[in-house]
Amino acid sequence: MTDMAKPANTNRAIRPPRSQWWDVWDQFKTHKGAMFGAAVFVFIVLFVVIGPLIWQVSPTEMPQKALDLIRGKNLGPSWEHPLGTDQLARDVLARMMAGGKVSLAVGLVAMVISITLGTTVGVLAGYFRRLDGPLMRLTDLFLALPLLPLLLVMVMLFRDPLGRMLGIEVGTFLLIVTAIGITSWMQCARIVRGEVIALKEREFVLAARSIGTPPIRMVLRHILPNVMSPVMVAATLGIAGAIITESALSFLGLGFPPDFPTWGRLLADGADYLQDQPLRVIWPGIAISLTVLSVNYIGDGLRDALDPRIRGR
Amino acid sequence: MRLTTALLGAAAMMAIAPAAFAARGSDGELKLIYWQAPSILNPYLSSGTKDLEASSIVLEPLARYTPKGELVPYLAAEIPTLDNGGIAKDLKSITWKLKPGLKWSDGSAVTADDVVFTGQYCMDPKGGCAQLQHFTGVDKVEAVDPTTVKITFKEPMPDPYQPFTSYENPILQKKQFEKCIGAAAPTCTAANFGPIGTGAFEVASFKTNDVVTFKANPNYRDPNKPAFSGITMKGGGDAMAAARAVFQTGEFDYAWNLQLSPDVIKGMTGPDAKGHVVAAFGSLVERLEMNMTDPSPTLPEGERSTSAHPNPILSDIRVREALSMAIDRSLLVQVGYGPAGQPTCNLVPAPAAYADTTNTGCLKQDVEGAKKLLDEAGWKMGADGFRYKDGKKLSLTYQTSTNAVRQDFQALIKQWWHDVGVDTELKNINASVFFGSDPGSPDTFEKFYADVEMYANNFSGTDPQAYMAQYVCSQAPSPKNQWQGQNMNRYCDPKYDAMVTELGQTADPVKRAEMVKTMNDMLTKDTMTIVPLVWRGTTSGVANSIVGEDINPWDSELWNIGDWSRKH
Amino acid sequence: MFTYTIRRLVLAIPVLLLISLIIFALLKFAPGDPMAQVPMTVPPEVKAKMRAALGADQPLIVQYLLWLKQFFIIEPLHILGTMTGYDLVGNAQRVISWQTRSPVADIIAQRMPQTLTVVGMSYVVGVLIALPIGIVSAYKQYSWFDQIGTFVSMIGFSVPTFFTGVMLILIFSVYLGWFPSIYDTTLVVDSWPHFWLQVRQMVMPVAVLALYNAAQISRFMRASMLDNLQQDYVRTARAKGMTEQVVVLKHVLRNSLIPVVTVIALGVPQIFGGAIITEQVFKVNGLGALLINAIYADDLPMVQTLTFIFAILIVIFNLIADVLYGILDPRIRYD
Repeated sequence: MTDMAKPANTNRAIRPPRSQWWDVWDQFKTHKGAMFGAAVFVFIVLFVVIGPLIWQVSPTEMPQKALDLIRGKNLGPSWEHPLGTDQLARDVLARMMAGGKVSLAVGLVAMVISITLGTTVGVLAGYFRRLDGPLMRLTDLFLALPLLPLLLVMVMLFRDPLGRMLGIEVGTFLLIVTAIGITSWMQCARIVRGEVIALKEREFVLAARSIGTPPIRMVLRHILPNVMSPVMVAATLGIAGAIITESALSFLGLGFPPDFPTWGRLLADGADYLQDQPLRVIWPGIAISLTVLSVNYIGDGLRDALDPRIRGR
Repeated sequence: MRLTTALLGAAAMMAIAPAAFAARGSDGELKLIYWQAPSILNPYLSSGTKDLEASSIVLEPLARYTPKGELVPYLAAEIPTLDNGGIAKDLKSITWKLKPGLKWSDGSAVTADDVVFTGQYCMDPKGGCAQLQHFTGVDKVEAVDPTTVKITFKEPMPDPYQPFTSYENPILQKKQFEKCIGAAAPTCTAANFGPIGTGAFEVASFKTNDVVTFKANPNYRDPNKPAFSGITMKGGGDAMAAARAVFQTGEFDYAWNLQLSPDVIKGMTGPDAKGHVVAAFGSLVERLEMNMTDPSPTLPEGERSTSAHPNPILSDIRVREALSMAIDRSLLVQVGYGPAGQPTCNLVPAPAAYADTTNTGCLKQDVEGAKKLLDEAGWKMGADGFRYKDGKKLSLTYQTSTNAVRQDFQALIKQWWHDVGVDTELKNINASVFFGSDPGSPDTFEKFYADVEMYANNFSGTDPQAYMAQYVCSQAPSPKNQWQGQNMNRYCDPKYDAMVTELGQTADPVKRAEMVKTMNDMLTKDTMTIVPLVWRGTTSGVANSIVGEDINPWDSELWNIGDWSRKH
Repeated sequence: MFTYTIRRLVLAIPVLLLISLIIFALLKFAPGDPMAQVPMTVPPEVKAKMRAALGADQPLIVQYLLWLKQFFIIEPLHILGTMTGYDLVGNAQRVISWQTRSPVADIIAQRMPQTLTVVGMSYVVGVLIALPIGIVSAYKQYSWFDQIGTFVSMIGFSVPTFFTGVMLILIFSVYLGWFPSIYDTTLVVDSWPHFWLQVRQMVMPVAVLALYNAAQISRFMRASMLDNLQQDYVRTARAKGMTEQVVVLKHVLRNSLIPVVTVIALGVPQIFGGAIITEQVFKVNGLGALLINAIYADDLPMVQTLTFIFAILIVIFNLIADVLYGILDPRIRYD
């Protein structure tokens, strides 16, 4: 959403030739849900980026003395620990901030990879008949591949080399987002292809083709904007999916090192304590749900704003 | 008057009640939940604990160890000893006599031929028997007469009670398995899923990796047992759900192996809980293993983590000792295991005769002492809170399998080591990869491509000889043996090797115990090659209404299931 | 359309063979060991012998060809044999699971009923509630119904099933005691009380899975409906004086179904794949649990067979989706 706002700002100086993006922004502003979603999303981003600067408690540090650890573990909210402590007396608020940074990044990047891959494959397969067969069989193959062994192989091959080249954290991050990205694009590809096949037969496409529009321009200008709404849904669902998948990966020992908190991991760790400390699961649960909800509303607003038919209304 | 009669009647009823309750099948159904479901009921084709426990309901050995560690006869009439002549003077044979009149659950007689057949079944070279180690050194098993079996060994055996004395190698019925020997073993699904046994129950139905049902054995040798008419053994889910089913909803009577955080267990076993926790301490020890060789990724494959390159940091015993001193073991127990763990410095914590009770030096955390030792070793504190020597940072990689408690341990130990200036990089690996012996994977515990690793190990039965023999030089995993040895540390001391050989020739129990203690100390406090952390028990949940349950660290937890009954 | 279908079906055979080889190679290449779950008290020599007895030490190509033969020749013959009563297989080795040493096909057949009832039912329920929710949400965009629907479906999708499942168990099994927390696979439905038991033990797992499925499908339904509601043909239809019912349910719905059909068709093979986490939470022990256990135990024949059947279903249902596109929108032509 910030990306959308930027061109609007730069265009403010040259007022008279009103840019299309300015209209989009105007329309976006009138969408209450979208503005609310954007506000929540900005808040979450600030929480994980600025938060640790204000709340300077280490997310991994435990009390020095054994007795303090025993007394300080599994506490409910207090002034000292606003969201309570976990089973090793670590501060949950600090862990939520540290974990959010990773989860948000994983969720967004993995979603972008998967959507880009999925849309590209889907459009190519749907538009160019010759590519349809091979690309869709490739999709079938990826759908059929068992995920866990695939991930095991990827981790075995790339964890150490990537970790050596880029450091363990960046290396693991790249590995995880790629793993999630390349194992989740198939649904998007199939949906986009289905839509493109139907769109190809519509009158406006025929019209565009009859005036000799080159394929690239056809795809970018006429086909892509019309498949945006299912892609948008796939993107929103993809963020949630990626955050949850990351937690499953860490849980299986295929993800980040164990002392690296993420929302998904906090959720999975807290699941055992659901009965006695329900808050420990509820915090990350709320965070993930809020992120997904806000992205969903932003997506809704963007879709309305980008659709000239609605914008004119 | 009428009231008194009624009371008298009630009293009389009470008096005869125990006898009435003891009738076979009078207590209804017993429900067990095993969160790892049994996949096969033939203990010779799988050695997974879940499978062995399930088969122990049906199949019985000649003798087995009680929770106290005493060997008691089951199918045998008595325990053969040197004194009663059951064991030959030269220790080269042992003769078992079966109880008279024993019957299989199908009504046929149990004979010495069945025992002989079981031996052949496991020792068949093509069978891939999972219990072959119990037949090490066995020359032949033969029937002297229909109720007498003689086992002859190739060499004198100081511990001749290995074959047929635990739930790992019970007696199979020859008639049922005759056609299933060797390569044909997997074709006998019906037999493998429903072995005929001599135990208190027989298999009624079996759904692999899901549920097994048993019904009382009509030909069981004690006419009043079992008290239950049948058993349902459900599998699947996780330890948490199993605990919930026993303690909270009361849907099940017994939940096996509740590896849960003590806080979670405490939360479920309050005053109104429907069950309680039982624990048994065998020989399972959670430990840190120090890699004596260099796991650096810069070394070429084939030389990494082999004796060609000693570990640049851990080769110094002072560093290893400091790492051990920095750890607060009792806190680890409180965080991870609660009543199911005890701090220990021993590799062999049990049976009592073999445990070195004087080895307690590591139990007290000593941060200052650890710092001093590291200073002495030349690792000087840098400005960033970590130690350096010759410009090299004191940094270790520390790996273990993926498991909530182990990850908590990693976090705690990392912090303690940080406090003394050691930087630690943590790594956790999926258990099926870590404990798998795939020579192609870099992440197995045998390859040990890390400085320190943590896992738990134990020995089967009550005799640690084979366990101690794992740490001889030739057992070090390396490319030469496809990384299959069990001496993960690559520990190598000719003196230790000599003691292993000597132990194999010593029969006197007192002398054996002394030797095991010495070897235990050599590996732990003398060299800090193995740094034991926690002596772990196994915990299970039992419904309060169950009587007669007696958890056994040396055999199946269900070893005496024929004696269980329900309180009314 | 017919020739297209035939061509796709014929082409599917080499494609599936290639997929099976790739899966096999992947499984072989993945780190893991069928002996990983064997206790450490068993010495390495014994483990090596056990591996040899399974045939796990054979080269990849030998194992693959053996599996091909067992899967494509012996298993069909066996099925034929059991149907006709003749023993066509004799002593030939069927596909044997390493973990249980029993025929893979028998275990799959044993797991089918609970998977189909629980996962299949939840899928049907999910689709049945998702479609109306999606349609109404789109038709009355930004109404309170739409807002609540959005909220619930986003929660349903972003909160993992291990959380919702355990929550339901705590509420309905532990505190209220209404439903059993453990699914009984030995229950035979032969009377009304047993049927009632079956319903009770299905309620919670079906609810959890249906929420998750419905969340996803209703989002796609809503988005697609919204797109179509603004098309010119809708205005034309209304202008012609058609009733709203006809406009929405006949014109708009039909044109909006393409992405939804894709999602639903992709989901059907997943029924066969089972629902790993939900099955574990409620101890349903269906095909999902079977697959994940087999993967952990590195039970290669079992994983290979399950994934391959899964692959067949994917290919078939994707074909069905393609055929359905043509029916929904007659302009689409593949030939």
